[in-house]
Amino acid sequence: MTNDDNSERSRKVDIVVLLKQVPDTETLIQIADDKASIKTEDVKWVINPYDEFAVEEALRIKEKHGGGKVTILTMGPERAVESIRTALAMGADEGILIDDPAVEGSDALGTAKVLAAALRETSYNLILAGQRAVDDDGYQVPAAVAEQLGIPQVSMVIKEEISDGRILCECTVEGGTVVVETELPALLTTQKGINEPRYASLPGIMKAKKKPLVKKTLADLGVDPSEVGVSGAKCKVVTLSFPPERSPGKIIEGEAIEDKAAELVRLLREEAKVI
Amino acid sequence: MAQGVLVFAEQIDGSFRKVAYESLSEGRRLADALGETLTGVVLGSGIEEIAGELAKYGADTILVGDDPGLADYTTDAYTNVLFDIVKDNDPRILLLGASSRGKDLSARLTARLGSGLAMECTSLRLDGDNLIATRPMFGGKILAEVALGGTPQVAAIRPNVMEIIEVAKAADVERVAVNTGVVKTRVVEKRIETASKVDLTEADVIVSGGRGMGGPDFSVLEELAEVLGGTIGASRSAVDEGWRPHSDQVGQTGKVVSPNLYIACGISGAIQHLAGMGTSKCIVAINKDPEAPIFKRADYGIVEDLFKVVPAITAELKKQKD
Repeated sequence: MTNDDNSERSRKVDIVVLLKQVPDTETLIQIADDKASIKTEDVKWVINPYDEFAVEEALRIKEKHGGGKVTILTMGPERAVESIRTALAMGADEGILIDDPAVEGSDALGTAKVLAAALRETSYNLILAGQRAVDDDGYQVPAAVAEQLGIPQVSMVIKEEISDGRILCECTVEGGTVVVETELPALLTTQKGINEPRYASLPGIMKAKKKPLVKKTLADLGVDPSEVGVSGAKCKVVTLSFPPERSPGKIIEGEAIEDKAAELVRLLREEAKVI
Repeated sequence: MAQGVLVFAEQIDGSFRKVAYESLSEGRRLADALGETLTGVVLGSGIEEIAGELAKYGADTILVGDDPGLADYTTDAYTNVLFDIVKDNDPRILLLGASSRGKDLSARLTARLGSGLAMECTSLRLDGDNLIATRPMFGGKILAEVALGGTPQVAAIRPNVMEIIEVAKAADVERVAVNTGVVKTRVVEKRIETASKVDLTEADVIVSGGRGMGGPDFSVLEELAEVLGGTIGASRSAVDEGWRPHSDQVGQTGKVVSPNLYIACGISGAIQHLAGMGTSKCIVAINKDPEAPIFKRADYGIVEDLFKVVPAITAELKKQKD
């Protein structure tokens, strides 16, 4: 079976991946002196694990459909360059970093406003993002970006298939999955299980150094700084605290295994009253 | 001026999610504190009969949006319809359950409303007229208190955390006009394992297995879960090994759970796992290694081979049932 040039071109998908740099999940999180943010020293920064699935899926779509461009779009400080380079080393084509002190403290709506402004200047048929970022666990930015752009969103995708300008997605919900169809352009959020992200190869890392990585400010995007950052936020962190410590409990001793089992059942019933 | 508390009560195929009752009970508490009314909203197709159930959880008024276009959840239709209802009713506070669909809906809706949203709240309080929400971040390693702005102030409630309070009262049930608007998404197929499986986020009892399971055979845990009416969970290692599906994973990159009873079998207790189950009311750890970090978080621990002790617990429970 052969495809003529025209259909080949029409199948190409330009994809933008929304990528956030977050503390590695191994990191012990410490609260900063202001009690409203975390200490950023001694933190190992990585690509948000759910966004890694988004990068991988973008590369697979590109490979399957024979072309199209994969752009990584990140809002964050200078250190986020490292995460963008990692995605470029995996195989993405270009990176955009929106780095502006005015975005500090933005809530999901503010972040979405900035990302949407950058997306309006970028060619895309598909936007991919992790289902949530594992730092603020907000689940909001992708949906808010889709709303700003007026395109459909499909959340928690574990499988997708594109054909004729439409996309079919299998998504996880409580108790199973649903298959949803929508039209492109669309925004999808990726859920664990969609793929196994590749590691960057050494040649990939070398190539990534030469790939375009553009830095933009709010002024470049025409975004009013008062609408974002702390001043524009409608969801503001007042204080951070640690969850109450659990005191180490009772180790159940006993002669025979059956004794220990019986004692546990007794404690669960009489002391904890949970069964 | 904005007034009252509006609660979106999610139903699937004619049954409300438990978190709908939890959200209504919490909504009742806030409405009482404000001296204002509580309105429940039900969307779906052929759901008028079940709508009245919400009175039991404190709703003064129940709004029913019944339309074939709402039979399946789609982001577009539900956002369009709920947006209209919010605009017509102008509530001070809007609560939703943070189920998969509730998260999707609340995120899209608040972007349209220009409202702040606190996702997966574990408690709410009022500071004057302002809603202050507590929500876990970093997979439960940190608790954040957040202040909400915009009208309404919107919070999505984490399932299984807030108390359900039943009250004896009547409610007005009103049907509202529905315009599903432009809908670009369509549900093609549903693959739901029905009532047989309670989702981890709503389970009262979770029996979880980790690397110590040594393979995909979780039958000893399944037998224990069955006598306890519980659900099976897994650590990240067990999922990464391919022993259990991703949907079973508990932890920072899986599901954050808070059952009444969490039994961790052969799970060492990596920081990401502890973050994901740390709010469980009672934690039991079973592990051969007495040094396993899980014992520091457990209410009860048994240092023993899980393959010996778990069947003994199952047998003890069965014996007492008979």
